[in-house]
Amino acid sequence: MDQNVDITLKVNGQSVTRRVPARTNLVDFVRYELELTGSHVGCEHGVCGACTIRVDGQIVRGCLMLAAQADGAEVETIEGLSDDGSISDLQQAFHERNAVQCGFCTPGMLLTAEELLQKNPSPSREDIREFISGNYCRCTGYQAIVDAIERVANERNA
Amino acid sequence: MKPAPFAYVRAENFDQVFDLLDEHGDDARILAGGQSLMATLNMRLSAPEILIDINHIDGLSDITSDGTTLRIGALARHSQVLESADVARMAPLIAQAMPHVAHQAIRNRGTFGGSIAFADPAAELPAVSRAINARMILQGRDGTRSVEANDFFLGLFETAMQPSEILVAVEVPGIADGERTAFLELARRSGDYAIVGIGVQGRLDSGTFSDMRIVFLGAGDRPILASAACDALNGNPHNDETVAAAQSALDADLDPMADLNGPPEMKMHLARVLTKRALTAFAA
Repeated sequence: MDQNVDITLKVNGQSVTRRVPARTNLVDFVRYELELTGSHVGCEHGVCGACTIRVDGQIVRGCLMLAAQADGAEVETIEGLSDDGSISDLQQAFHERNAVQCGFCTPGMLLTAEELLQKNPSPSREDIREFISGNYCRCTGYQAIVDAIERVANERNA
Repeated sequence: MKPAPFAYVRAENFDQVFDLLDEHGDDARILAGGQSLMATLNMRLSAPEILIDINHIDGLSDITSDGTTLRIGALARHSQVLESADVARMAPLIAQAMPHVAHQAIRNRGTFGGSIAFADPAAELPAVSRAINARMILQGRDGTRSVEANDFFLGLFETAMQPSEILVAVEVPGIADGERTAFLELARRSGDYAIVGIGVQGRLDSGTFSDMRIVFLGAGDRPILASAACDALNGNPHNDETVAAAQSALDADLDPMADLNGPPEMKMHLARVLTKRALTAFAA
């Protein structure tokens, strides 16, 4: 049987058509095929959250979805969200509050934070911790990340 | 790691699914949300020849209610179930358990039916489905049949589904007036699989327990209905003595296996601790 699949999808607003092995994960597709390397590959079994990517407006694990399944979908990566400025306040707050050290978790953390603020514009610190509980950070101890997200929530509500 | 190579078919209807299942048998796997399957493929714990993606079959993701029965389509995403007012009203135990099911990015993709059909004994939804007497609606080539949750889970990742059937919906009798619920679990990290978890539904009228259904996750090879503990509660008043009797009765209900979290003795201890906490929450 054919182990390749033809797919057409939108990535960061641009239409992309490729023929890919069916087994290709979505995050590997954007990294290796499209050279969008901001989405990171950590555990590859859905635990760490480094591969967090947006599909049809919702964050998903890029390692637990096939590129083949994204045929017809709208995919957004950290590159797209950086270029369109929609999370520039989060990025600024992460920078200023030192919520980034090695940076490996940061793209996934930012996409997760943005979905939280869209769903719940006034989260408590507990809400923030709960929502980012699926994203591992091994550097910061999370305190600064929670601070940064809380600051942006307050600023957006001001 | 990366998955071994496989073919992929985006199925458009049931006939196509059943044809492919007939053709490939055990070498085919159904792909719903994929949040467990993809992880096992990535780790090469499983290497099917073909994945049959059912995500684009119409009509499998609706959550509907006729006032007495709640019907959750197999492809309803966890996040959709979590946000459903019908689920919160008619099946509060599901609503209470759902925040414990993984994390947002996984809940956006994982499906209610997928969790039930996968039958992980440490997962929340199979256990909850037993506590609330859910019915699994199974579609075969010649029609559908319904299996009670009590008869559905047969062992470790093993269910009453035939290889030629797929789960299309779960039906839940709406909670009755006066019934209460509680759900608790212990996990190392919020959203991780529970070390042990408990779901409770039943009555506490004038301080006396009745119609109690207590289920455990992470405490055996399948979701376990703790019938001895329920017997120790039914007809008795809510007090320390009754709760202690229910805790003791767990010896007859549970026979947990050692796993990465710890030995059976630890799980038994945690099950007793959770029982007391859950009954306190239940009575509050």
